[in-house]
Amino acid sequence: MTVATSTPAPAARAAKPVVSRLSRQRIRAAWMFLVPMLVVLALVAGWPLVRTIALSFTDATLKAEQPTRLVGFDNYLFYGPNRADYDASLGGYYVFYDPKGTNLVWKPEEGKFWDIDQNKPVDYDVDTSGIFSWQGLLVDPVWWRSAWNTILFTVISVTIETALGLIIAMTLNAHMPGRGLLRAAVLIPWAIPTIVSAKMWGWMLNDQYGVINEVLLSLGLISTRIAWTADPSLSLASVIAVDVWKTTPFMTLLILAALQMLPGEVYEAAKVDGIRPWKVFTRITLPLIWPALMVAILFRALDSLRVFDLIYVLTSNSINTMSMSVFARQQSIDFGNVGFGSAASTLLFLIIAVLAALWMVAGRVRFDK
Amino acid sequence: MTRASRRRIGRSFFYVLVAAIIIYTVFPFYWAVISSLKSGQQLFGTDLVPPSPTLDNYVSVFREQPFLTNIVNSLIVAGSTVLICLALSVSAAYALGRVRFRGRSTILMLTLAVSMFPQVAVLTGLFELVRWAGLYNQLGSLIVSYMIFTLPFSVWVLTTFIRELPRELEEAAIVDGARPWQILVRVFLPLLGPALATTGLLAFIAAWNEFLFALTFTLTNEVRTVPVAIALISGATQFDIPWGNIMAASVVVTVPLIILVMIFQRRIVSGLTAGAVKG
Repeated sequence: MTVATSTPAPAARAAKPVVSRLSRQRIRAAWMFLVPMLVVLALVAGWPLVRTIALSFTDATLKAEQPTRLVGFDNYLFYGPNRADYDASLGGYYVFYDPKGTNLVWKPEEGKFWDIDQNKPVDYDVDTSGIFSWQGLLVDPVWWRSAWNTILFTVISVTIETALGLIIAMTLNAHMPGRGLLRAAVLIPWAIPTIVSAKMWGWMLNDQYGVINEVLLSLGLISTRIAWTADPSLSLASVIAVDVWKTTPFMTLLILAALQMLPGEVYEAAKVDGIRPWKVFTRITLPLIWPALMVAILFRALDSLRVFDLIYVLTSNSINTMSMSVFARQQSIDFGNVGFGSAASTLLFLIIAVLAALWMVAGRVRFDK
Repeated sequence: MTRASRRRIGRSFFYVLVAAIIIYTVFPFYWAVISSLKSGQQLFGTDLVPPSPTLDNYVSVFREQPFLTNIVNSLIVAGSTVLICLALSVSAAYALGRVRFRGRSTILMLTLAVSMFPQVAVLTGLFELVRWAGLYNQLGSLIVSYMIFTLPFSVWVLTTFIRELPRELEEAAIVDGARPWQILVRVFLPLLGPALATTGLLAFIAAWNEFLFALTFTLTNEVRTVPVAIALISGATQFDIPWGNIMAASVVVTVPLIILVMIFQRRIVSGLTAGAVKG
């Protein structure tokens, strides 16, 4: 298309009312352009998110025969009988068979104990029956373990990645022959699918045939083969090591981009003044790349907090490494407890939203758009 | 120590560092390639070069399961995701990058928020939607759900690119009486070629690698995508995992990606940093 570049500016300025009509028209057109994208996002992200939160207040399961009921905050925390003990044929929770020969059932609808042999309500103290206890996600030790695993995983791997990313980025930033080749090599882990890298490392860390055990044995660093991914005290460390390998390139690239935007004069001035390299790094480089570093850490941390693939493939559903995402999927899909699993998903969503907000305030992250 | 010798030590330390970085990043994949070329007992050895390389593992991974179908599935899903995602995001990016209107920054922040939230947070809601729409165990379920992570990212990157194009082009077109969609298609689209290639490539890689939705929304081996197929390769017993096959499958799906990344290295870096550093 040919365009006349000489005339537009004065012509547009001369006709004021036309411009405002034009801009109104443009704004209308802009919304038309936006609508398809917004509709799709609302459909695939907005609606499912609302549904997940809604489902977390129900006792929905994947079994079709059970009607779904609203249970309020019960999936999160409540004081009452264990829902797994519910017996639909009795219409309540079986309590016990005592020496006097009574079969007691707790009927939640009536709020009473029933003697099922004589089919009449029985006066019995709820607290001494022992069927009531604190239940739900917030007192579930497995969920707490998964939350702790996720936090530990995120903090340690993001810290190591930041340090490694800084070292590699500064190396890449130096002038040397074959820099392009080095940058390509650094990108390889980023390009490899997470599943593939989990399998590759699973093979290298294999307790019987893994190359890592072989090398360590032949160097005399270990005396017996180590089950890196199965040993409860090592499996989280192994997962972190693989994650660091896979995601350091992303960190490196973001830091490198920031390094390449730094003004050269500052460094020349520092050189003239004879300032030591370490001081140059802490006083000049670090403060200048700080904003980019904060954004990069935020991105990586948010990514780590939702980690799923790597852990699922490397150590499957082991409690030693289970993350909050693995827990939520196991509950809602594998066990079919959609309501409870949705509560776990919702909680993860809230945790991530709060942490992201805190980080943006604390790190003064600005999205200058 | 003299200045020159200190310099030499620094230099050699630097090259040791470079070598260490290369070994660290390249060795695991190299080991996967080597392992995939070994068969039988050789697989359990530590030879850095296979003594007698064979393609047995590659033959058996295609024979023992519908791996070719899995690859085609992945291509269909990733390709469709890229096309739909680019069409939706380039028009949105035009509106967000070239027109000033109220609510623009809200929409940008909203898409950013979507790209940050955990996929597991929409899992049960999306599972319900997929089953309601009759898409369970169909490739369509994956194409639809992959919009969650490809769209926000593409919108951000393309908005960044489109904003940097010179203003005069558009003004001239407006004076010529071009309508907004004409401006987008005739003026901007030709200039956005490189940006679209970058964004499309990144979206393709993301869709190709996705695992959580692919694992949850498909059931049978014929509908699975490559990552799920590889993750679920198993032997007769827990102690009989066919590592040779797994490594062969891994190499098959990774080599094209690595070649793409090598070719489009610069573009990928600029796309990633446009989406992250500036965003």
